[in-house]
Amino acid sequence: MVDKPNYRTWKDIPPMPVCWYPSSLGNPTGGWRTFRPIIHMDKCIHCALCWQSCPDAAIRWVEGSPDVDYDECKGCGICAYECPVKTIEMVLEVKE
Amino acid sequence: MKKVITGNYTASYAAKLCRAEVVPAYPITPQTSIVEKIAEFVSSGEMKAQYVKVESEHTAMAACISASYAGARTFTATSSHGLVLMHEMLHWAAGARTPVIMANVNRALAPPWSVWADHTDSISQRDTGWIQFYCESNQEVLDTIIMCYKVCEQPDILLPAMVNMDAFILSHTSEVVDVPTIEQVDAFLPRFEPEWKLDPDRPMSFGSLSPPASFYMEWRYGIQHAMDLAAKRFLDESRHFERHFGRPWGGLIEEYRASDADAVLVAMGTMASTAKEAVDQVRAKGRKVGLVRLKAFRPFPSKELREALKGAKAVGVMDRSHTFGHEGPLFSEVKAALYNAPKRPAMAGFTIGLGGRDILDSTVVGLFERLHGVAERGVTKEVEWIDLRGAEEEVAR
Amino acid sequence: MTAKGGKAAEAGAAGGGAKGPKKLPMSELELMHPGHVGCLGCGACNAMRYALKATGPRTIISVPACCWAVMPGNFPNTCFNIPHINTAFEVTGASLSGIRAALDARGVKDVTVMGWAGDGGTADIGIQSLSGMVERGTRAIYVMYDNEAYMNTGIQRSSSTPVGAWTTTTPVGAIRDYKRAPKKNMVEIMVAHGIPYTATASIAWPKDLIEKVQKAMQVAGPSFIHVFAPCPTGWRYPPERTFEVARMATQSHMFPLYEVEHGVYKVKQVKKETPLKDYLAAQGRFRHLTEDEIATMQTNVDRWWRTLLARERATAELAPSP
Repeated sequence: MVDKPNYRTWKDIPPMPVCWYPSSLGNPTGGWRTFRPIIHMDKCIHCALCWQSCPDAAIRWVEGSPDVDYDECKGCGICAYECPVKTIEMVLEVKE
Repeated sequence: MKKVITGNYTASYAAKLCRAEVVPAYPITPQTSIVEKIAEFVSSGEMKAQYVKVESEHTAMAACISASYAGARTFTATSSHGLVLMHEMLHWAAGARTPVIMANVNRALAPPWSVWADHTDSISQRDTGWIQFYCESNQEVLDTIIMCYKVCEQPDILLPAMVNMDAFILSHTSEVVDVPTIEQVDAFLPRFEPEWKLDPDRPMSFGSLSPPASFYMEWRYGIQHAMDLAAKRFLDESRHFERHFGRPWGGLIEEYRASDADAVLVAMGTMASTAKEAVDQVRAKGRKVGLVRLKAFRPFPSKELREALKGAKAVGVMDRSHTFGHEGPLFSEVKAALYNAPKRPAMAGFTIGLGGRDILDSTVVGLFERLHGVAERGVTKEVEWIDLRGAEEEVAR
Repeated sequence: MTAKGGKAAEAGAAGGGAKGPKKLPMSELELMHPGHVGCLGCGACNAMRYALKATGPRTIISVPACCWAVMPGNFPNTCFNIPHINTAFEVTGASLSGIRAALDARGVKDVTVMGWAGDGGTADIGIQSLSGMVERGTRAIYVMYDNEAYMNTGIQRSSSTPVGAWTTTTPVGAIRDYKRAPKKNMVEIMVAHGIPYTATASIAWPKDLIEKVQKAMQVAGPSFIHVFAPCPTGWRYPPERTFEVARMATQSHMFPLYEVEHGVYKVKQVKKETPLKDYLAAQGRFRHLTEDEIATMQTNVDRWWRTLLARERATAELAPSP
């Protein structure tokens, strides 16, 4: 686990702009979504094309199955479009 | 060991002795023999460097910056249009805090084409965040390059530096230079081992986007802070240099018979050594005059200047460049440094020697004539172009 | 799964699963974190993700001004898990030469040096330093990811914008000044330099892209890969169709997949052929084109496709390397 840097003044920062804190932790982009992908696992053939085609690497591959990281997924819909068995449904995000 | 070598070859020897590891090289008159000599050193095996034959000076500086980030000691050389072509990348090198060291041969800018001595090329880069030294002798070129690596690579400095020498007057003139052995330099200059670098074992991203509320202003302040530290650090290391190599490097300025002088000229580069001749001639006639030579232009040695000029009644500043729409840039900066001094001398600016126009000792004696009595009369002509054809018809400012 | 750099394992397959999981189609190692600020459906993001799967953690990447300069996010966040340097716009070739020189000076041989620049930063302002880098033989991979305009600054035309396209600086209008000049062919320019290896690649053929990058890693000199990276924002299509658009570009021969190794051409034949008009109809940036204009474009596309096949035949007898 990488610590989030705590910079306050010109003395804290490195001499030049340089950083390493992962954007997945520093800037989770799940809030961008209008539609969220729901993978209906009953028809899934585990081809991993959804995992492969995500521009954000927001679908993890866990024990042979896709698992959407909703903290990061932007809802672009590529996974649903590319799924050969059309088992991913793009559902409108509704505020709880 | 004493050699009789040109200013250009001196710079090549300095790069070799300092074990520069990556040398991006592009030719431009009158710098070419610097990079030719380095090519010879590398081809013969006596210098172990990656000699990168770049296709422009802009590329040369970009390659230096990236090579420096990848952990190597870099060196390059240029002049005139090559330097101004690099302008974007000069800003980048300073902001990136990469200690790139560069020899610049001061040559005039076109049009019209001129290959002769003029400071406009480097002076017009004064805002870029580079340390700037102006040399009076080939020995100083060598010693200053060594000193720049020594200071600039320190983790709290990390600034790029340019070492300037006048076109042909130094670059192509042979002088006696005491060239140390590489073992002597090794004992003075440690290997470059930057903390922040491109390393797959420690991945990091350099140069990310920084919005206004982020740390852009703080990084800029960091450059200024490093310049302030460098001004002191050069003096500390100068003492070590003298102990180690057995000859002085000096400070950020050089005073010549200035301490009791009524009229003092301020100058940079080789015209200062001509001015010293003029000082002696005028002194022989009974007038108390002196010279202050700026070695460092950035960081600007305000403190040292104020101290050196505190007794002067009249100060003239020789500028081998000119900021159009205003005056000589060195003139402006010296005036500004003295503005808050308790006692301000009368000051006059002399724009002189542009495009390599010769500066004779008699010319400088003429400048002391102009300064004579100006403290009492007041300054009638604040800025004067010396040896200009038709100067007498010039509109009085 | 994100790796912390260093010696992370390259897993070929995931663990067991109830429905007989296939071997993962590519390396599982992610060197690009989510949380980057790329647009929804950005083709350039897939391009980067696949390229890094090819090169692995012993990679240094140099990125000039382009979408990918902004994509990693603001300080102090970054989406990269490899050493990464931002540079000025036109200097990618210069930067690669500098990095490789430094690594050579320090005796570091096992690191891939990769440049990652947009079409504007390569074909226009960056062409000088690219040419220099290739001519002097720097061992590095230069990837031009092509979204066919200056997208980072808001969809202005570049020399890589295809004929017919709307951009903000070729806004069609009453005088119909869509992009008229033909798309600059960077791969052919690289062939003319005598480059050891150059290729086109597309995100829609990820395995092919990865193989080409891995081939480039073996070259003891410069290589240039032109990656087709559709842009929903600039090309005006819904983001989920990014792969579809990429597929149609190659199937219509608008963006043929080929490689040139020491002057020997090898063209990838793809299974399906799509009429150019279908490819154009899928994108708003071509909406204004008349049937006649499309017919002319089809002719030119066919002509270049036939030229490529002829070059493949002509160079087939040459030895693969000098």
